[in-house]
Formats: sequence, C-alpha cells, structure tokens
Amino acid sequence: MTLAIEHVLVTSAAMLTVGMIGLLVRRNAIIMFMAVELVLNAANLNLIGFSRFLPDPIGQVFVVFVIVIAAAEVAVGLAIVLALYRNRDTVMVDEASTMKW
Amino acid sequence: MEFVVFAIFAALAVLAAAGVVVARNPVYCAVALLVSLLSVAALFLVLWAEFIAVVQIMVYAGGVMVLFLFVIMLVDLEQRGFDLGAGRIGPRPSAFERGLWAVAALAFGALVLSLMVRSLDLPLPGADRAATMLQGPYAADGRGLGNTEWIGMLLYTDWLVPFELASVLLLVAIIGAVVLARRDQADAPAGKGAA
Amino acid sequence: MYPVLQYFVVPFIHGVVLTLVLLLCVAYLTFMERKVIAFMQVRIGPNRVGPRGLLQPIADVVKLLIKEDLTPDAANRVIFYIAPVIATLSTIAAFAVIPYGGPEATVSIFGFPIRPYLADVNVGILYVISISSIGVFGIVLGGWASNSKYPLLGGLRSAAQMISYEVPFGLAIIGVLMVTGTASLVEIVQWQQQHTWLFWLQPFAVVLFFIAGVAENNRAPFDLPEAESELVAGFHTEYSGFKFAFFFLAEYIAMIVVSALVVTLFFGGWLPVTFGLGHLFPKLPALLSGAWGGPWVMLLFGMGWVFIKVFFMLYLYLWIRATFPRYRYDQLMNIGWKFMIPASLAWIVLTGAGILAVQAIRS
Repeated sequence: MTLAIEHVLVTSAAMLTVGMIGLLVRRNAIIMFMAVELVLNAANLNLIGFSRFLPDPIGQVFVVFVIVIAAAEVAVGLAIVLALYRNRDTVMVDEASTMKW
Repeated sequence: MEFVVFAIFAALAVLAAAGVVVARNPVYCAVALLVSLLSVAALFLVLWAEFIAVVQIMVYAGGVMVLFLFVIMLVDLEQRGFDLGAGRIGPRPSAFERGLWAVAALAFGALVLSLMVRSLDLPLPGADRAATMLQGPYAADGRGLGNTEWIGMLLYTDWLVPFELASVLLLVAIIGAVVLARRDQADAPAGKGAA
Repeated sequence: MYPVLQYFVVPFIHGVVLTLVLLLCVAYLTFMERKVIAFMQVRIGPNRVGPRGLLQPIADVVKLLIKEDLTPDAANRVIFYIAPVIATLSTIAAFAVIPYGGPEATVSIFGFPIRPYLADVNVGILYVISISSIGVFGIVLGGWASNSKYPLLGGLRSAAQMISYEVPFGLAIIGVLMVTGTASLVEIVQWQQQHTWLFWLQPFAVVLFFIAGVAENNRAPFDLPEAESELVAGFHTEYSGFKFAFFFLAEYIAMIVVSALVVTLFFGGWLPVTFGLGHLFPKLPALLSGAWGGPWVMLLFGMGWVFIKVFFMLYLYLWIRATFPRYRYDQLMNIGWKFMIPASLAWIVLTGAGILAVQAIRS
C-alpha cells in the first residue's frame, strides 16, 4: 500500500481530536497547554502532508511560522501559569474564578 | 515500505497523545508529549520535510518541552505530593461531565475528518511523484536544491515580511515571559524555590 | 536484494558495531583522562591493573556493573529507569552522521556497500544539534525522579546550563554553513578537501564552538552542577551501579561527539594533515590518504586520521580540565548569555561581510 494523503489526514484528525479531548477534560493548566501543543502539531502534520502531495513548499514555510508562534505562546502562557500559581497557589483553572458571579 | 514506517510512527504519535490526556502525573504527561513530538518529527521525515523535522526536534522537543518540565518541577517543588488534584477546593467535574466533553470532542473530530476527506476531490498531482525530495525551481545546476535551501530562499525573498514579524513576535514573547514570571520584590522574603 | 535487508538490517548491524567501538573508546578515554591529568599533576595515575594500568577500564566497568543497584524508596520508578537511557541514547544517536572516511572509501561486504558513515543527511549539523538537545531530558528527569532536593536542583541547574549553551553551540557553526553552503557533514569535509581547512577561515568559531561544547557536556570548568564539593553530586546523586554507568557513559560519549564534530567541521575530518604542503607536492595528499590502495586502505587511513585528530581534541578537553578552576554558576550563565551569544552573532556578521568582500574582489 503506498502512502497517500488520506493516511496523513486521518492521523492529523486523530491527533486533533485527542488534543481537543485533553483540552476539554483536563483541568490542570499545564496539561491543557500540552493539549494545545498536540492540536498545533496536528495542524503542522496536515500542512506538511499537503506540502508533500500537492507538491508545494509553501506548506513547510507555514509550518516554520506555526512552530515559532507555538513556542512564543507556550513561553508567555507558562509565565502566566507561574504568576497564577504564585498568587493563588494552584494551577487548576477551575479555581481561578474570582471574577465569576 | 514508506507506508509501514509512517503507520508505525503515526500509531505511536496518537497513542502517546492519548497518554498525555490520560496520565495523572504531570511529568508522565510531559514524557508522553515528548514521545508524541518525536514521532511527529519522524512523520515529517517520511513526508520529505527533513528540515522541518530537525527544527521540530530542536524547538519543540528540545525547547518547549524543557520549558514545560521546568515549570512542572518548579510548581511541584512546594507541594508534598505529585498529585496536583489533591486538596483542591470546589467540585471536580464528574465522570458523566467528562464523558460528555469527550463525546463532543469525538463529534468534532468526525466533522473535521469528513471535511478533510471532502478535500480529496481536489486534484493532487504530486501524489505519485517518485522524487526523493521536493525539487526546487533552481535545480538547474544539477545538484538538486535541498529542502533547507529552498525554505531559506522562500523565507528571505517572498515571505520576508512575515519572517521579520515572527522575529518581533519572539522578542515580545521573551520580554513578556521574563516580566510575567519575575518575582515581585514583596515576594522575595518568602523565598519560594531556589534555582 | 530485499529492501528490508539493505535498509534496515545492514545499517542496524553497522550501528551496533559503531556503538561497540564507541563503548570501547569511552572506556579507554576514562583511562586516558586519569593518566593525562595525573601526569599534569606530577603523579603517575593508575598503573596497577594490567601492564602499565591498561586494564584499569575493565576493572572500572566490572566495578560499576556489580555494584548494588539502589533505587530510593520514594522515587518514581519508571522515570528513574528511563532517564539514564534517554541521556545515553541521545548521545550515541549523534554518531550516526559523523563520517570517518570519504564516500570513495565505501567498502563492500557480502555484496552490500558499507559507507564510512551511517547516514549522510542533508541537515547533518542540525541533526546533531537537535539530538544533543534531547540529552537535556535525561538530566532533568533523572534529577526529578530521585525525589530528593539536591538532585532536583542539580538537575535543573545542569539543564538550564545546557540549554543556555545550546544557543552559541548552534550559532558558532552558522559561519561554517555560510562558507560551505551545505549542512551535510560529508559535503563540508569535501569542501575542505577542495579548498582549505575551515579552521583557517573561522578561527573564532572554533573557539566558541569548543567552549560551548565543553559547557554543554557539563565538563570542567563548567561542571558546577555535578561537582562533588557543590551539590553533593548533582543530578546523579541517587544513582548507583548500572544506571550511574549510563550517565557516566553519556557524558564521555558527548565529549567524543563534540570532539568529532570539531574535527569534522573545522579540521578536515578524514583528510590527511599535510601542513599546506599539498600545493607543493601534489601527490602528497593522495599518498597520505591511501588513495593508492583502494577502498579498504582509504577507509583505514581515513579512520586513522579521524582518530588522531579526535585524540588531540580530547587531549584539549583533559588539559582544560586539569588547568582551570571551576566557574561559579552565575559566572557561567553570564559567560553564556552575555559574552558568547553576542560574540557568535558578531562573528556571523563578520563572516557574511567577509564572504561578500571576497565575492566583490573576485568579480
């Protein structure tokens, strides 16, 4: 069986779904960030798959940008998580609820 | 045989991703995510994107994951146990609620998959290309332009403005992370953490 | 032949042989270290076991293997077991792209062509840097899994040092990439064959790369996180026996990897040392590289030259260890961030200017 675009798409859809489940089900902020990383990786895989099969190098250029943005987002996000931990002594997002009614 | 290698690493990536979601201990989640990222890098290699594969290992696995581990360990340092769910206030989401979310996510995944499968009606001329790498337009010198050179050329000619904006974004992120994570002077006597 | 055999089994056996040779080299590297540092300190070093102490590494290996393998009670078993494995595997994996002979030295065993490198990847240098950044995980996880304060802090410090020095480690070789136009290690050495050793064109980059490599390996004078007088023994305090042997192995193999990289990138790899006489006596390089004898002779000569050059680089490592006092941690981070990164960036700009100047002069 030769490799075709369907296999790449199924894999990336599976990773996307797993990442979304993680984002919705887990309440620990750090693990939620990891689930976001999974979603971004699924998108990267999709882009590289189309870049291979179209073929067009623009997919790989876009992946460079996605990786850059993901790294920047993780850095700032984890800094926020650290600040949250210092003030509330917890990383569970359910407990960062002082602005709720 | 390309398919066999792809299938092995794809299965590993998805299983490790499931491990990230399911594991209790955050360090186990981090190790599972590392395995998943390395498998995705291997998948990139199979899909002729060797530069992106090593960039993925360098940046994601070697940088972002180390950052995750640092934060997990610094947050853990003051807690007695490794189970960050112990001692929390407020109701935990019940198993029924978590199951509902999982069903919703699965439905979303099915929707995404159906959209992707619909895109297969579009023509994909490169699907049966037997070349070993994406051949660039500058392959006239006979050597065949490699992946790295082609991406570099594109980044510095057609896509220069997004490239420069991305570096500005990184600078802003570095400064923001340093400022946000810095300890205020009022906290200093409490002496949280050491390293 | 069946593709499975050619693409999986033969490289696997090649890799196994390479790993075994590497382990032997590491064992004798520890012996060499003790002897060289001893002679620098006007003493003799180990000379009891075997003739002139040559069987000392075998005694060391046996000692490490038969020591009791303790696991702390509250440690996390799974991660405690896999941390040393991650550290060692990542350093051995870096050897897959390092060439010890030219592509013309491809020998044929049982009909399979065996090249003198396990793989010639387009992005060889980047591959080595990325694999060495995986080694950080072994240290961080090892320190954490011991569930004890000193290893945790030692592990975090050591990891912070390693990731800080990865930046100048990578930036220092961008000059090489600019001059040769390729990231493949085999092609870089071939460039040096046609032109000149990159050491003459990029001297500052060699210095930066070597110092960053020493800091990456947590070797003296940057070995604060694992020095005995500081944080007990850093991240490997709680490790004993076989697992400690793995961490030990990881450090020494990383030393050999950095030395082999310096040799390949800057000192000509498998090319013979001709002291520039290759232009006066055109037959000299061919004579010294064994081109007269066919692939087996060329492989032997190539391996010999790589061995000699790597030996000198390792001697430099040991010399530095015996000579300099240890840096304090904040001094260490200062050097990494405030000196080496700006210096390597300045060197990249200088190299670019130099290349443009040479092109302008030529045209």
